[in-house]
Amino acid sequence: MQSNFQHAQAAHCESGVTRNLLKSIGVEQITEPLAFGMGAGLFFVYLPLIKINNGPAIAFRNMPGSIFKRTCNSLGIKVTRKKFSSREEAQKLLDKKLDEGYAVGCQVGVYYLPYFPKEYRFHFNAHNLVVFGKKDGKYIISDPIMEQETYMTPYELERVRFAKGALAPRGQLYFAEKKNIITDDIIRQAIKNGIKKNVFDMLRIPGPVAGVKGIAFTGKKIKNWRNKFGLHKAGLYLAQLVRMQEEIGTGGGGFRYIYAAFLQEAYAYLPVDELMRLSHEFTRAGDLWRTAAVQASGIYKGRLGSQEDFNMMGDYLLDIAEIEKKAFKDLSNINRH
Amino acid sequence: MHFTSHFLHLTKIYRMKKDEVPQDLGSLGKITKEVCYVTDDSGKYTTELSNGWNVKTNALDITWEDIEQKVAAAKAKVLNKEASPILFFMEKNVMNIGILSSYAGFFKWQIKRHLKPEIFNKLSTKKLNKYAEVFNVSVDELKTMNVHAE
Repeated sequence: MQSNFQHAQAAHCESGVTRNLLKSIGVEQITEPLAFGMGAGLFFVYLPLIKINNGPAIAFRNMPGSIFKRTCNSLGIKVTRKKFSSREEAQKLLDKKLDEGYAVGCQVGVYYLPYFPKEYRFHFNAHNLVVFGKKDGKYIISDPIMEQETYMTPYELERVRFAKGALAPRGQLYFAEKKNIITDDIIRQAIKNGIKKNVFDMLRIPGPVAGVKGIAFTGKKIKNWRNKFGLHKAGLYLAQLVRMQEEIGTGGGGFRYIYAAFLQEAYAYLPVDELMRLSHEFTRAGDLWRTAAVQASGIYKGRLGSQEDFNMMGDYLLDIAEIEKKAFKDLSNINRH
Repeated sequence: MHFTSHFLHLTKIYRMKKDEVPQDLGSLGKITKEVCYVTDDSGKYTTELSNGWNVKTNALDITWEDIEQKVAAAKAKVLNKEASPILFFMEKNVMNIGILSSYAGFFKWQIKRHLKPEIFNKLSTKKLNKYAEVFNVSVDELKTMNVHAE
């Protein structure tokens, strides 16, 4: 049986996969920004004790799988998700679901992805794609990063599904059950749920390293990087920050622009003027993240390098933390409407 | 509570307007364009495709320069008989002992032993094959570090 799945490109892999999978089960209204917002995708965390590729572990997005899970839960769509210890079982269930006409989401590592350019192949395991058929012994792949659908042999697919290292996907696959009608009321409620969860993640997670507190924490740390690591290593650290913020899959500005787009689209279901104003605030935060990235690039390209330049870099993050703190506080009042 | 807008009045703000999306061709741009969320003239969000942005291409470039320096240092060590070729391929594949351990199916302490040239030279074909598969090379290439692909 052929699935109704159609490939479409997206900015972020998981919100793209969520939108595309929902379309394939007949839920047409959920755009990428709506999926991102309902799934409470916006985040910030800096884990100073963990190293990734010899650099700081910084993320601008939530845990892999959370966008799909939260969005479907909020819409009342039943989701199946499965990890495997056996590679044979992992392929068997995938083949079975494809035969039944499902399009199947997979969490994969990017290191062995055959169609990715070499420069982008790091040991990063939180990527998502959809398998939606088989042709001439190869799987048909919808990777939201790519403009066109692509193909992988069973060996290639198995290799990325069983990538190793941090957040190893362990063959994880997921799919959504058919659902008849999603009303505007359901969408409105899902938007409110998503905002509520994101407010929690950005304002109320305990500890100094996550949410808006984490942004300010990172800003303060950056001011010490020059003395602590020396100019070269501090530059590499800033390069890693910029890559996490602007690399493929963020839509620009560390996902802040997608979130701003979400609030604009949310207004159609929840016509509160405050949403449009707060959308502007997230655009402002995204602009500032990009301005900070330009400052960082001045440092890692060697054009800048004084302590004053690092102070300025840190101050950008402190300013951003204030903007986002205020915006999320105001967002927490939206749900009273 | 204080809110300081430190230097912002002095600085150009890098906005994402539809007609200002950077189009600096980078390594990804040669394979696929990426979707960016941008605002149009009326402030409404839409998407635009970008070929890349120099700021992040540079971030990627210096990251790879750093990796290549590590690879070169590893190669020198191997030629000097201070380490086995596994060190060279581990660096080349941006791995550490932990990642290599989980891909190759050896314990970390085993890999540390295999990094010694005298132990590496006595490894069974089966073990060499495991490393070769992880590194996407032939056993011959694994031993000689002569890699023709890419």
